[in-house]
Amino acid sequence: MSTPLVEVRNLVKEFSTRGGWFRRSAPVRAVDDVSFTIQTGETLGLVGESGSGKTTTGRCLLRLVEPTSGDIRFKDLDVRALSASELRKARRHFQIVFQDPYSSLNPRMRVGSIVEEPLIIHRIGTKDERRARVRHLFELVGLDPDAGPKYPHEFSGGQRQRIGVARALALEPSLIVCDEPVSALDVSVQAQVVNLLLDLQKRLGLTYLFIAHDLRLVRQICDRVAVMYRGRLVEVARAEAIFTSPAHPYTKALLSAIPSMKPGDRLERIPFDAAAFDPRPLKEIAPDHLAAI
Amino acid sequence: MTTTSDAPLLAVDHLRTVFRLADGRDAAAVDDVSFHIRKGETLGLVGESGSGKSVTALSIIRLVQPPGRITGGRLLFDGRDLMTLGEEDMRRVRGRRIGFVFQEPMVALNPVYTLGSQITETLMVHDLARGAAGMKRAVELLEAVRIPDPARRAREYPHQLSGGLRQRAMLALALAAEPSLLIADEPTTALDVTVQAEVLDLLRDLRKMFGLSLLLITHDLGVVAEMADRVAVMYCGRIVEQGPVAEVLGGSTSLTTGPAHPYTRGLLASVPDGRSGTRLVAIPGTVPALGRVGAGCAFAPRCGDRFDPCTTAVPDLTPLGPGRDVRCYLHSPAPTNPGGGR
Repeated sequence: MSTPLVEVRNLVKEFSTRGGWFRRSAPVRAVDDVSFTIQTGETLGLVGESGSGKTTTGRCLLRLVEPTSGDIRFKDLDVRALSASELRKARRHFQIVFQDPYSSLNPRMRVGSIVEEPLIIHRIGTKDERRARVRHLFELVGLDPDAGPKYPHEFSGGQRQRIGVARALALEPSLIVCDEPVSALDVSVQAQVVNLLLDLQKRLGLTYLFIAHDLRLVRQICDRVAVMYRGRLVEVARAEAIFTSPAHPYTKALLSAIPSMKPGDRLERIPFDAAAFDPRPLKEIAPDHLAAI
Repeated sequence: MTTTSDAPLLAVDHLRTVFRLADGRDAAAVDDVSFHIRKGETLGLVGESGSGKSVTALSIIRLVQPPGRITGGRLLFDGRDLMTLGEEDMRRVRGRRIGFVFQEPMVALNPVYTLGSQITETLMVHDLARGAAGMKRAVELLEAVRIPDPARRAREYPHQLSGGLRQRAMLALALAAEPSLLIADEPTTALDVTVQAEVLDLLRDLRKMFGLSLLLITHDLGVVAEMADRVAVMYCGRIVEQGPVAEVLGGSTSLTTGPAHPYTRGLLASVPDGRSGTRLVAIPGTVPALGRVGAGCAFAPRCGDRFDPCTTAVPDLTPLGPGRDVRCYLHSPAPTNPGGGR
C-alpha cells in the first residue's frame, strides 16, 4: 500500500476538569489512544455519538486543539513537532469546514473578504490576483462570482456552507476535515452540499476526514469508516464492510438504531450495554477490517 | 369525512396563521391547512425549516405569540372548537387533554424544581392527585418512561440528567395528566441515533399504554416511516400531500402508491440510499423565506415538473384516493382562467 497522506498514532487528548474545593481535578480523556490512516484522495468517515470524541480528534489532527500525546504525520511532516510559525505555514495544506454555517462566518465581514482572508494571511498573490481567485472560488462552489460584497446574513444556510467550503479551498489544501458539514442544513439542501463536496474531491483530488452522525450519508460517500465510542476507535473498515458485517457490539447497536425508510419495516434493535464496554485495542479481523473485540 | 364510529379526535380545518412582517405586510406561515387525527392514530407532519409545521402545532394549542396570529379556520378537538374557547378553558385543555413535548427539553423543564415536584405540580393543577399520592404517581410516571431508579431521579433537577433522560422526563410531564393527544415537535432531533431509537420505542409503547393519539412533527422521513400511520407533507405553509404512510412513502411512484407530489418525491430521493460512491439526488434551490413566496405553487421555482399553470395560481388539494390528497397540477385539472380562480 502507498504511504498514507495522514497517519495518526496513539493520539490522546485529555481535558482537565475543574475540581471542587476538596476535590482534585481529574483529567477526562476525550480521545484515548486513537490510531488511523487516510490515503490520498479517499474519504474516511468518522462516526460516533455526541461526546464520543470525533470532533476533538478532527481538531487535534489540524492542531486546532493541542493533543496531549501521540503522533500525527501529514505527508512527511511531523505535525506535532511544528513550531507555531511552521504550523501556520503548514495549515494551507489542511483545512476545516465547520458544522454551523451560521456561526462559523464572521457576520461583520463581506463574504468576499471571508474567502480572501486566508490568501492575505499566507501572503499569496497581488490584490488583483486574489480578487480573481475569490471569483473563481465562488464559481467553483456554485455561487455567483459577483456575490463578494454581500454579508453572510444575505445567504441561506446551504449557500453559507458553500462560502465555508470556498474559504477552505482558497489555499488549495490536500486535506479537508469536514466536521458535520451538512447536519445543520435542511434535508433538501444537504444533498446539494454533499454533491458539491464529492464533485470538488473528484476535480481537485481532495482527501476528506468526514465527521458525521448520519450513518446513511456516511455509507454513501465514504470509502472507509471509523467508529468511535467514548474516545476510542472500536472499528475501522471499508464502508461496505462496516454496514454489511459489523463486528463490534457498539457498531451493531448503532446500525440497528437507524430508522428504516420502508414503512412498516422495523429492524430489530440491538441494545448496547454501556456499562459492559471493554476498551480493547483494535486488531485485524479480516483484510482492511479492524475491530476492538 | 365519513360517519364511522371512529370520528377524529382532532380535526384541523382550513387553519391560517399569519405573521406580521417588518414591512407591515402579513405573511401566512400556515395557510389553508386541514388534517385530522383519529383516536390512537399517529400523524407524521413533515417539512423543512420554515414549512410551518411548528407554527401549526402552536396554533392547535393556541400558543402563537405576536407578531403571529391565527386568522382563520376551525380546530375541532373532541367535538369542541378550540378557537371559540376562552383563555381559562384553553389552559385546561392544554396539558390536561393535549400534552406536548419539544425538541429541546430544557425549555419545557423548570431548572429550579426537581422532576418530582414539577410532575406533582401538574397533577395538582389539574386536580388529579396531591401530596404523597402525587409523588407516588410522579415516580410511577418516571418509571413508565423508563427512567432508571425513578424514586431517586424524582428528587433530582433537570441539569442532572443526560439529554435522553431529559427527553423522557419531559414525556413523563406531558403524560402526567393523561392527555388523549400528544403533540411531539422534533422530539428526537437533538438526540444521538441510539438514544433516538430508544425514545421512539418508548413513544410507541406509551401510545399503546395510554391509548394516545400522536401528532409527530419531524423533518426525518425515516422517523415518520417507522412511527406514523399517516403522513402530511408541508411546504411553505401548505400541506402539499397527505395520506397513509405506506402509500405516500411506499416504494413505487405509481398513482396510488409512492409519493405523488414532486416535493415529496424530491425529499425521498435526497435521502442517501446507501449505494456507495453515487451522488445524492438534490432538490435545486432553497426554501423561500416567509413572505417571499410568489403566486402559484410555492414549490414551482424548484420543481422539475413545472408547467404553465404552476406559476399562476395555487393548486387545490385534490383527492387521489381514500384519505389521500395532493396539491399539484400534475394530478388536478389546471384552472381554465389562470389567476382568476382564487
